[in-house]
Amino acid sequence: MSNLVTALNGASDANGIATITEVPLQGMITLRGDLSKAAIKTAATTAAGVDMPGQSQANMNGASGITWMSTDELLILCPYGDVAANLATMTKALAKTHALAVDVSDARASFTVSGPNARDVMAKLVPVDLAKGSFEPGMFRRTRMAQVAAAFWMTDADTFQIVCFRSVADYVFEVLKIAAQPGSEVDFL
Amino acid sequence: MLILTCPCCGVTAEETEFHAGGEAHLKRFGPGSDNADFENYLFMRENPKGVHFERWRHNNGCGKWFYAARCTMTLEVFGTYLAQTYEPPADLCAKISAKRPGWSWGRFS
Ligand SMILES: [Zn+2]
Repeated sequence: MSNLVTALNGASDANGIATITEVPLQGMITLRGDLSKAAIKTAATTAAGVDMPGQSQANMNGASGITWMSTDELLILCPYGDVAANLATMTKALAKTHALAVDVSDARASFTVSGPNARDVMAKLVPVDLAKGSFEPGMFRRTRMAQVAAAFWMTDADTFQIVCFRSVADYVFEVLKIAAQPGSEVDFL
Repeated sequence: MLILTCPCCGVTAEETEFHAGGEAHLKRFGPGSDNADFENYLFMRENPKGVHFERWRHNNGCGKWFYAARCTMTLEVFGTYLAQTYEPPADLCAKISAKRPGWSWGRFS
């Protein structure tokens, strides 16, 4: 059996104005299809154990949840070890529905940015209004972080969780470290 | 800098979250068409000072294509609309007419 590791082997950095931590192995399933179909909704909510999120929202419960990626795409989060079983259940439940469910756990990397200055750090990298009240836990946003595509949500008032492609994990970690370098508080948000 | 609202996912963002996709509402002329039509389709584009219609893709967001109407002179975005249409919606054209009386673009006015 191969040794399963995340892209950066659990890298973290707490030297700056926010703490940046790579998330441990996280199960992720992309589900595409007509999100108004009952079969799709049931497949998603059964696998994640949470309700369907609304447009541009994320419903999270620890390491499980559903994020709204687009009008025909969800990203389902679940414990890494549950992916195969969830995928099998979903594939069976969706046998008669036009849909696609794929394990993307090892094709993604995930980070958290936490601390009182987390909003400052994120706002330097994304073209999104991150002022309090404009972006809050429960919301979900796909955008770019500096030069690469990324998606994020807030797990609490001081913590962002980011999902990006595994191939750009090092770039995202480094660019977060630069945005969080000591003394770089903006104190604007 | 343009501020665009994606009509598919509802996100409003500045243009770096999107990617421009060239002129809107091109009619394709493929194999079997005459040379002049094919040349027009392939090479000839509107280049207006003022009202313009373009395709855009929300490439760093929901990934969908859509259309946008904007002013090339002021960068004002009049509106965006879904790609599943052959022409701009009437209410958008009315809105543009209120702001730019007498505008015309390609076969639309
Ligand atoms: Zn969009």
